[in-house]
Amino acid sequence: MSTVWKVPKTRRGAFAVLRRNVLVWRKLIGPAMVMNFGEPTLYLLGLGFGLGAFIGEMSDMPYLTFLASGIIASSAMTTATFEGMYSVFTRMVPQRTYEALLATPLEVDDILAGEMLWCATKSLISGVAILAVAGILGVLAGWQSLLVLPAVFLTGLCFAGPAMAMAAVARNYDFFNYYFVLLITPMFILSGVFYPIDTLPDAVQGVVWILPLTHAVALCRPLVSGQPFNDPMLHIVVLSAYAAVGYYLAVVLTRRRLLV
Amino acid sequence: MADQPDIVVRARGLRKQYGERVAVDGVDFDIPRGRCFGFLGPNGAGKTTTLRMILGLTPASAGTLSVLGLPIPERAREVRARVGVVPQGDNLDPDFTVEENLQVYASYFGLPHRALGARIERLLEFAALSDRRRSKTEALSGGMKRRLIIARALINDPELVVLDEPTTGLDPQARHVIWGRLSDLRARGTTLLLTTHYMEEAERLCDELVIMDQGRILAQGTPRALIQRHVEPEVIEIRSDPETALARLEHQSDCRLERMGTSLYCYTRDGRPLIDSLQEDHGITFLHRPAGLEDVFLKLTGRELRD
Repeated sequence: MSTVWKVPKTRRGAFAVLRRNVLVWRKLIGPAMVMNFGEPTLYLLGLGFGLGAFIGEMSDMPYLTFLASGIIASSAMTTATFEGMYSVFTRMVPQRTYEALLATPLEVDDILAGEMLWCATKSLISGVAILAVAGILGVLAGWQSLLVLPAVFLTGLCFAGPAMAMAAVARNYDFFNYYFVLLITPMFILSGVFYPIDTLPDAVQGVVWILPLTHAVALCRPLVSGQPFNDPMLHIVVLSAYAAVGYYLAVVLTRRRLLV
Repeated sequence: MADQPDIVVRARGLRKQYGERVAVDGVDFDIPRGRCFGFLGPNGAGKTTTLRMILGLTPASAGTLSVLGLPIPERAREVRARVGVVPQGDNLDPDFTVEENLQVYASYFGLPHRALGARIERLLEFAALSDRRRSKTEALSGGMKRRLIIARALINDPELVVLDEPTTGLDPQARHVIWGRLSDLRARGTTLLLTTHYMEEAERLCDELVIMDQGRILAQGTPRALIQRHVEPEVIEIRSDPETALARLEHQSDCRLERMGTSLYCYTRDGRPLIDSLQEDHGITFLHRPAGLEDVFLKLTGRELRD
């Protein structure tokens, strides 16, 4: 039992796992790019212009800017969550890639660290795509908006950990529906992506501030829009804490599943 | 263990228990360097669990284990850097081609890029896959996949190669090719550790083997010694009408009888009297052959092979 709970130690091997995923991604770059650029373009054009025409400004910024800065965070969440659940599960169970990896000097700690870096890298790619689309639409504050990218990467790490923990306990793909319906979708709707959370009732606001996406949005929005920051350290600490706890949990659960 | 450089794997009292079920029940063995050592046994005998413990992937419930002179599981990571593993099933990376599978696998060992090209070339040749290097792995036949998995296991130039049922599910030709490759490896001095439930495979490849059943080692030795020690040298296998044959054999005193399914096995030091008598009866089909590992196995486990 003690070996399962051992504090993870990650080594250089994590980058070999990251590199593997990058190599596979390069082969499928066409569909990946359609996904990365197409989705935010649709959201920003459809919702941003369509709703924006009625709304005008929100929280002292054009609605399109408000939406773009929210979508960049929520897209980091969904990207990392999809990769951390579906792709990690595929490699862990049906494809048996982890079995092959564990026959090398790599350990579960390294494999999941590599996967987590990859999830965050994919979030980053989606962030770059959204920034590009938002830039073309002229809704960015300026070059300083690029500073949102480290925040997007951190958001990716934050959601990768819990997603991998789900993959480690999943019996099949359908299991992930629970996580999406019970956690990801509520966050998408409640965490300030589409409207400012101070419009929510106080009790709901209290709950919403526990959710990591709220902190991701709060961190990303000022960076994109150029407005002043509100408690950036708090957001960074919360996102990092979710990342660290998620990673640890994922490592423990994966060890329990594979090293028996 | 430093004073035992010629022992590659040493297990003492090795045990693995899952709840009530005992998968490996306190086994002892020493695997000498440069040999092919086999674990022969039916499915569920504890062979794969033993291999996983050797690799540090399954924590033992009790006992001590050292591989390449290093204690397991403490130094398992270093051990795996020097060991090649051929798993029971296909876990090639379907997203990569044949050649990329080898390249990417090498990166998991942190192998320097420089020497890799030549090594991969040699391995592709060894696996007779040079002309399929750009194929996706799904396009390969079962035998080709196996060869690629064996080549992949050699990417780190291992001192010990662990093979879990290397030819299960292959057709006879593909199996012979794999046997040839494994013999080559052994001839080069690589220690091989393989599990199998094929008697022929064990007899052909293994210098030494243990027979395992229900987590225990029942016997250990060279295939020849095991046969000499445990069974009579000749077998007459009667394949038809065992009832009549049985009646006839009642009078044959120097014959040990075993019944397995519809066949009757008669183990003896001298088969001629029985053969003469069987030949009088044209209704009986029988086979006269030297005793083999299968006979040892059947005698020791006292039952048929299970699936």
